[in-house]
Amino acid sequence: MTWVTLTALLSHWRCNRLQFFALVAGLALATALWSGVQAINAEARASYDAAAATLGEGQFDQLVPRSGDRIDQATYIALRRAGWQVSPVLEGRLRTNAGSVRLVGLEPLTAPGTIAPVGMSEDANLDDFLTRGVLFAAPDVADALGRTVAQRIITDPSIAPGVALTDIGVAQSLLDAEGRLSRLIVSPLQPMGLPPLEDIAPGLLRQPAQDAGADRLTDSFHLNLTAFGLLSFAVGIFIVHGTISLAFEQRRSMVRTLRALGVPLRTLIGLTVLELSLFALVAGGIGVALGYVIAAVLLPNVAATLQGLYGASVAGTLQLRPDWWLSGLAIAVLGTGLAASGALWAIARMPLLSSARPRAWAVASGVTARRLGALAVLLFLTGIGIAIWGQGLTLAFALLACLLIGAALILPLLLRSAVTLADRQARSAMWQWFWADTRQQVPGMSLALMALLLATAANVGVSTMVSSFRVTFVDFLDQRLAPELFIRIEDTAQSADLEAFLLTNASDVLPLLTVDTDVAGVPTELYGVRVGPTYRENWLFLDDTPDVWDRVEAGRAVVVSEQLARRAGLWTEDTVTLAPDLTLPIAAIVADYGNPLGQALIAEPLFRQLYPDVVPVSFGVRSDDPDRLRRTLTEEYGLPDAAITDQARIKAFSLEVFERTFTVTGALNVLTLAVAAFAILMSLLTLASIRVPQLAPAWALGLTRRRLGQLELLRAVVLALVTTVLAIPLGLMLAWVLLAYVNVEAFGWKLPIYLFPAHYAMLTVFALAAAALAALWPAIRLARTPPSDLLKVFANDR
Amino acid sequence: MTVRALLLILWLPVQAAAQGFAGLGTDADGFAVPTPDPVFDFPKDHGAHPDYRIEWWYLTANLTGPDGTAYGVQWTLFRSALAPETREGWTDPQVWFAHAAVTTPDRHLVAERIARGGIGQAGVTVDPFEAWIDDWRMSGLDVEMLDLTARGTDFAYDLDLRATGPLVFHGNGGYSVKSAQGQASYYYSQPFYEVSGTLTLPSGDIPVTGAAWLDREWSSQPLADNQSGWDWFSLSFDKDDKLMGFLLRDDAGGVFSSATWIASDGTTTAYPDGAFRARALEWHEVAGRDVPVRWAVQMPDRGVDVTVTALNPDAWMALSIPYWEGPVIVQGSHAGRGYLEMTGYD
Repeated sequence: MTWVTLTALLSHWRCNRLQFFALVAGLALATALWSGVQAINAEARASYDAAAATLGEGQFDQLVPRSGDRIDQATYIALRRAGWQVSPVLEGRLRTNAGSVRLVGLEPLTAPGTIAPVGMSEDANLDDFLTRGVLFAAPDVADALGRTVAQRIITDPSIAPGVALTDIGVAQSLLDAEGRLSRLIVSPLQPMGLPPLEDIAPGLLRQPAQDAGADRLTDSFHLNLTAFGLLSFAVGIFIVHGTISLAFEQRRSMVRTLRALGVPLRTLIGLTVLELSLFALVAGGIGVALGYVIAAVLLPNVAATLQGLYGASVAGTLQLRPDWWLSGLAIAVLGTGLAASGALWAIARMPLLSSARPRAWAVASGVTARRLGALAVLLFLTGIGIAIWGQGLTLAFALLACLLIGAALILPLLLRSAVTLADRQARSAMWQWFWADTRQQVPGMSLALMALLLATAANVGVSTMVSSFRVTFVDFLDQRLAPELFIRIEDTAQSADLEAFLLTNASDVLPLLTVDTDVAGVPTELYGVRVGPTYRENWLFLDDTPDVWDRVEAGRAVVVSEQLARRAGLWTEDTVTLAPDLTLPIAAIVADYGNPLGQALIAEPLFRQLYPDVVPVSFGVRSDDPDRLRRTLTEEYGLPDAAITDQARIKAFSLEVFERTFTVTGALNVLTLAVAAFAILMSLLTLASIRVPQLAPAWALGLTRRRLGQLELLRAVVLALVTTVLAIPLGLMLAWVLLAYVNVEAFGWKLPIYLFPAHYAMLTVFALAAAALAALWPAIRLARTPPSDLLKVFANDR
Repeated sequence: MTVRALLLILWLPVQAAAQGFAGLGTDADGFAVPTPDPVFDFPKDHGAHPDYRIEWWYLTANLTGPDGTAYGVQWTLFRSALAPETREGWTDPQVWFAHAAVTTPDRHLVAERIARGGIGQAGVTVDPFEAWIDDWRMSGLDVEMLDLTARGTDFAYDLDLRATGPLVFHGNGGYSVKSAQGQASYYYSQPFYEVSGTLTLPSGDIPVTGAAWLDREWSSQPLADNQSGWDWFSLSFDKDDKLMGFLLRDDAGGVFSSATWIASDGTTTAYPDGAFRARALEWHEVAGRDVPVRWAVQMPDRGVDVTVTALNPDAWMALSIPYWEGPVIVQGSHAGRGYLEMTGYD
């Protein structure tokens, strides 16, 4: 009997292939969305973690000479023989007939991690690199180099413009610097019991790794991806739920028939569970594969995003990681289980001889909508409670969940209310019927519409978040990277001399005096700055008072970073004690993304008064021709190349990266909308057959089938419109929670929120188009329903 | 580029060369190859032989702490040549790398170093004797009296070694055949070191005493192309006899074995393929693969029928070239201690 029952259950799908397709496709798409986002996320994270310890040289501590710019190779050997795990680097300018090339010599055997060129494995083996001499050159200098040096040149686009990499020995001979090194990279893993650096190499200074802040920004980006993953999860669950509920709805009559024929309830439920698990696994598998494709298409962008912005290398190839394909399958199975449990409960409680009439009418009552609404209000109240009293990242995500689920649950009630409102305005009988019938449709379509709501809200939220992040970050870059070159020296004795040299060669020199101190109990970097046009024109504040820079210049006020202000509980016009006998009002708050320390800025004269012993070792330099100035500094003044940072290039690079982030976000947006549209299509298709008895009387009263089809299309668009309009404020709230709440909890700084109305308008159009497109086919089908089908309704009327 | 890639590069020419000829002959790349009936010249031969492709100074020690706990120590310096010559400075084609390990019954701590020749970061001098890479050092007036040090992020050791017996030569007077096709190496040992010193573990310093065994081997053609790995045993019995035996496994499941019986006075007897037998009794999963950690070892000619058990089955050398190496306990017809090295379990 079991077998017969199973074939009977399965035969339903054979007769209703469309429903079967809807079930499998719905499950597969939901899984695909989740696993695609997860795949990108996991891959980016894993690659970043792997690379984090072994990135470019900036990630490592370095040993540099206290004075001069050369280290004796014997010092390197002495350090190694004392146990210090260091790797030598030699840098210098190599003249070619087309200008000079920055030549970097590395020692691949001792260099920590993979800082050797990417192309090495393919084009040259280590034997060549070590003993015969191979240069890896950026494309722009490869030709010129090829005419200058005897060694083999391999062009490698991953190398920074104007740079060539080679073995340390080759670099020494090309730069005519036998036995000399520029600096030593300190491996993060050192043996136990090392002798102090001063004992072995007193002439060297340990310079800490430079870009520690990058980690935090990367974390922030990952958090955004995680948030997107959660949203796609929510959308996926709603779609799965919708698909499964409809599948049960359609089979109620069959279940009753089987029960009436004597199939035990337990067998029936067991077989249904078996059938559904099978479907879930198969559809989940398809979904995971689909997600893989999505991720594979998007991953180059994600890889480029992380690599460009943070220097983290993300392998361009995707691996099938167990954690994401398993989680994808789990979503399919759990989602199915969650959705099916309610339906199975209903079957178990269904009176044996009750009418098998589809429950389309039964659920139409407003009671369900009101119950869901009450639940939603409860969730909103919880969310508000969390927002006011809660703390911590987990609760921040709980707040997000409350907001999203609550919004989804209250949607049917809001839709009903909107339709009722429209109904009251209706003048003609047809329109009254249209609105009444629309209200009737709300429960059947509510799951699909919830999916649309969440998809649209996610789009609004994530776009707002990413765009706000970009606007803020561009401002931040403009402000902090305004000087074209940034110079950092290690030898304080050189400071005055360098400043004098800079003053005659650059258009403006901005010495940066700094001490680490405690301000209001917060570890803070106190800066003395030379207030001038660079600060006045480029610095934007989160909050300020009139004449900020005039007051700072006169030594009557201080500018503090957001981190310092928040941690110390201060804001503008509050006073803060910077030194035992110096208390100043705060003139402005400035954003300082990614810095774990607080910052406070005062004028240079005041700083020199407070700390007469501190001399500047960092200089921002304005120049119309930074390249020429850089050459002058290295060639005439003899400054090591590593001491100069070209900020314009960093800025251009960062901006390019945000464009790529947008591409990824945009692609994921389109995808979520497509999935929501599919959900609408499927619910309309499955509702179509149930709805024939409801439409037949309208047709009998004189509405043409064509007109009915048009109304059907209109109905879908109207419902989608109301949903989308509701989605925009929800999306903005989502963005607000992410920027103002989650980010503060995670990183201690708040991102200002910017609105992009044109984008939202376009999104609304897209959502409507998606809904219309989804409704088009069901409407056409309706318009072509044979009159005989409609007549049959009356023939069978009970 | 990883060190593993480097080692692959170093390994490939060896494999390619091994396929090119059967048995003896001159290596196409200009490397010298071992020939039978060697005449050694000490102390010069304690030093490096740059015209051979590979060479090692391989020391293992079975030690005991004050509470009777057994420990194992490994110190190995490898030389691998990209070309059969030496040059001053960075262009020197000699690459050096080293492995160090401390094994306790429940921990196995390892570290590795890699360096270029020609710049003073690693090398071997013979008079006085010093083999070094970075701060890892095996040094003394000669190889009879050595000071041995190494350290990693979580361990260090400093041991004094004193030889109480003569050098012993494996195979035919130090010419050790490694396959039926005739691949061979020069191979001698100093298995008679008495050891005392200190291990530094995460839990603190431990004074130790025990015995150590130094293997010296160099060649240009270590394995035949169909050989996939080896199981190498150095066993010191309580009756003061010692046994060195190894199995070279081939892809088809066959083995080539070789052994040396070392009497307490240092006289040796070499045994050809087949005399030394070892059969895996128990496998253990380590680093995602199964490795035999208990062996039945037999050599009927000497009445040896023992069980060799790893002190710590997790003695996996998770380094650029991963392999298993650790102290073992010997029970059966003969009791004792020793070391086991196993490669090629992928």
